[in-house]
Amino acid sequence: MTLDTVDKAKDDSKDRGWLQDGPVGAHTFGQPYAELGLKTDEYERIVTILDRRPTSSELAMYSVMWSEHCSYKSSKVHLRQFGEKAPASDAMLVGIGENAGVVDVGQGYAVTFKVESHNHPSYVEPYQGAATGIGGIVRDILAMGARPVAVMDPLRFGAADHPDTRRVLPGVVSGIGGYGNCLGLPNIGGEVVFDPCYQGNPLVNALCVGVMKHEDIHLAKASGTGNLVILYGARTGGDGIGGVSVLASETFDADGPAKRPAVQVGDPFQEKLLIECTLEVFAEDLVTGIQDLGGAGLSCATSELASAGSGGMRVELDKVPLRDATLAPEEILMSESQERMCAIVEPGKVDRFLEICAKWDVIATVIGEVTDGDRLEIFWHGEKIVDVPPRTVAHEGPVYERPFARPEWQDALQADGAEHLPRPQGGDELRATLLKLTGSPNLADKSWITDQYDRYVLGNTVLAQPEDAGMIRVDEETNLGVAVSTDGNGRFCKLDPYTGAQLALAEAYRNVATTGARPLAVTDCLNFGSPEDPGVMWQFAEATRGLADACQILGTPVTGGNVSFYNQTGETAIHPTPVVGVLGVIDDVTRRTPIGFREEGQIILLLGDTREELSGSVWADVAHGHLGGRPPQVDLERERVLAEVLIAGSRDGMVDAAHDLADGGLAQALVEACLRGGNGARIVLPEELDPFVALFSESAGRAIVAVPRSEELRFTDMCKVRHLPVARIGVVDGETLEIQGQFTIGLDELKAANSAPLRDFFA
Amino acid sequence: MTTRIGVVTFPGSLDDRDAQRAVRLAGAEPVALWHGDKDLHGVDGVVLPGGFSYGDYLRCGAISRFSPVMETIIAGAREGLPVLGICNGFQILCESHLLPGALTRNDHLHFICRDQRLRIENADTAWTGSYEAGQEIVVPLKNGEGGFVADERTLDMLEAEGRVVARYLEVNPNGSRRDIAGITNEAGNVVGLMPHPEHAVEPLTGPTTDGLGFFTSILKKLVNA
Repeated sequence: MTLDTVDKAKDDSKDRGWLQDGPVGAHTFGQPYAELGLKTDEYERIVTILDRRPTSSELAMYSVMWSEHCSYKSSKVHLRQFGEKAPASDAMLVGIGENAGVVDVGQGYAVTFKVESHNHPSYVEPYQGAATGIGGIVRDILAMGARPVAVMDPLRFGAADHPDTRRVLPGVVSGIGGYGNCLGLPNIGGEVVFDPCYQGNPLVNALCVGVMKHEDIHLAKASGTGNLVILYGARTGGDGIGGVSVLASETFDADGPAKRPAVQVGDPFQEKLLIECTLEVFAEDLVTGIQDLGGAGLSCATSELASAGSGGMRVELDKVPLRDATLAPEEILMSESQERMCAIVEPGKVDRFLEICAKWDVIATVIGEVTDGDRLEIFWHGEKIVDVPPRTVAHEGPVYERPFARPEWQDALQADGAEHLPRPQGGDELRATLLKLTGSPNLADKSWITDQYDRYVLGNTVLAQPEDAGMIRVDEETNLGVAVSTDGNGRFCKLDPYTGAQLALAEAYRNVATTGARPLAVTDCLNFGSPEDPGVMWQFAEATRGLADACQILGTPVTGGNVSFYNQTGETAIHPTPVVGVLGVIDDVTRRTPIGFREEGQIILLLGDTREELSGSVWADVAHGHLGGRPPQVDLERERVLAEVLIAGSRDGMVDAAHDLADGGLAQALVEACLRGGNGARIVLPEELDPFVALFSESAGRAIVAVPRSEELRFTDMCKVRHLPVARIGVVDGETLEIQGQFTIGLDELKAANSAPLRDFFA
Repeated sequence: MTTRIGVVTFPGSLDDRDAQRAVRLAGAEPVALWHGDKDLHGVDGVVLPGGFSYGDYLRCGAISRFSPVMETIIAGAREGLPVLGICNGFQILCESHLLPGALTRNDHLHFICRDQRLRIENADTAWTGSYEAGQEIVVPLKNGEGGFVADERTLDMLEAEGRVVARYLEVNPNGSRRDIAGITNEAGNVVGLMPHPEHAVEPLTGPTTDGLGFFTSILKKLVNA
């Protein structure tokens, strides 16, 4: 294959007379832009920018950087709301647009956190897809200057009993464990959800949290003419070529996944070296800018660094260390080989930088320098193969105002509420319903999965799954800590994407507050079908609007995240599934509130209002296979008040256990609090409520707490002052869950029902 | 004089900071040792922490045994230097032939992280003197290759000589022969343990504080010596 140079491209363009002829049309010079995932008008735009045809290397760069995954071309116009509606927050140090947002948590500490998707690769090759999902998000956090301290994995699979779930789930779980455990990052939470809508499109999202001091924040920009560009970490191989464009930005064909070469292969040991090496380099203040190599590889790192910097950049691509010497320059630019970083280093600091890399056995190579021009120029053995304005690659890609329209079926779906479905009558049927629900895959104990993750490493894990939120101690002297929860409910979002997205935020916010931490900031992973479908685009527009509005009211800005489109097979899209992560701060982690009932004799209180809200509930799903109606109401002011009460209760030592009410309602919350604490409960349901509704409704804005008798009055007074409904519903007692006047179930029986499904399906 | 306990950091060590914290909480001074440095800096004992020393893509611990620091540790251990190998450290001690047997892939083929009940079988080693023989403790266990195996003769010898230090109770989490969680050498100065006592030293972050005893044991032994 002959080298395609800038000079050759100029000559071609001249010879063909294209510049005179106008629109490209037939004049595509035989370039394979469509195979690379570019549309014709996008190709035309590249030609217009360059005033000639692109070289094959330039085409490769534009194709990956203008992919949906990297450019957010379909989502940008909607995502702007997160900035426009962002509540004023003193805590925000770095906002949307960098590798991850950074939040001030006090005492000079800053925390960075972000959730990302690795959905498509995880379906094609579950182990490597999930493993490199962890690797990628960890490098994003590292690139901000932070030490990664914890990970979480919100996961969604097809039906638990489907044979393909048995292929995908164990592979994903092993991949997350295999990679995360080797990095020494505790896995402190996440979600596992089963629904047939994810059968061909499992959602593998990964969140990472990092901690640093304010002065350690680093940004991805190349500044300072003459500074050197150093590529360090793994050698570049042929894996993951076109991962973001061909794999992540198209739907799967109905005949199944066949895009294996586009999946990257991970090496966690290399990543561990990269982490330690990078932190040491930061500690000695050796870098002026840094960027990780993830999606779109070197194309992304070089163009983003140059685009955000003050000048241009010159790169000698033949200097890049390779795993496979036969790789062509286009492939090197597109490769998504893992465990690589790119740093901008002043000439005087290069020797020390390379020395530290050598100490960690990390390969580091100077591949270029920052120039005073405004072009990104890339050379291959002396020949110029790329000459582009970096902003046009990295930040000024196409932006689409995709058409959107409320689907025709939405009205009929909403009209078909679950409230009319036959309900269990009497104690025996309620008992059977509770056992059936708690033994269903979505409510069942997830420890078969989470026990494959190391939750102890680093020795700062204060709370981990199945607690409401994961909590990490940040400072061993002062006991400052952070809590993170991720939540999402695709069923509610399908019924009403605006409300569903708000419910996801409300739940994550509530989960953080339940542990005693004060919610500060949000990250989101927006998983949807194809943006080219107006119905999906409407779901996306509604969900982002709902989330932005709710963030404004709750005072928690979105700091960053990720959009994953094209989660659909053929015409069938997944439920719209925004996954929302909320980060909170707690001044003293020893005050944290766990979910388990730990002390017999404590009073159980139900906070919030229970309404007859059964549509989209777990009961409707498990008992009737039903999805229709309207999701529970959202009252964000109420969520705020509830959070205040939970945080104050924790801080002042009034509350011994607290658990939010969500999937499965009060019944499931009681089951989990009993099993976690190893104590039973005697419950008297509020008289004004139908027992079935009291147990299984999924009204938002609720929690249960266990308080010592001595604190009951003080706590209920606090609720009354804040106009938060509070009802005494029972006492922690014995070894059974007793719903008085209805039924009693032994903890052993509950545990057997709750812990069976995942082991039965997957062990 | 403060007792100084070295904690080795291999490039892929993960629980080295945890082991240092445990040493500190027990009242000793942790000293960071580097895999590439033969010098033990005059420490009174050594902890080989958990992790994936050199990636462990080959056999766990197979490369570490040849590292510069291990050369000195192996020689020292033969002279009586107290050495505790936790998880990956246990694997390294077996690969170094300081302890018999080997650690193999868990029988169920999954990585497992759980709070594990153990019985301390031998409270006379350098690392278990703070416990009573027969005492039950709960500490985290987390491994992918924690199944202890040895031939029957070796197992019989370990039992007969009282060299089984700890045994799994209730659940055998990885298929270890005879529920063995930890063993010691003949002299009792070298102990290998699959579970992680360094993760059970604070009520805030561990399931118990039962693990602290391993670190106070060595302190007591060295102070009394």
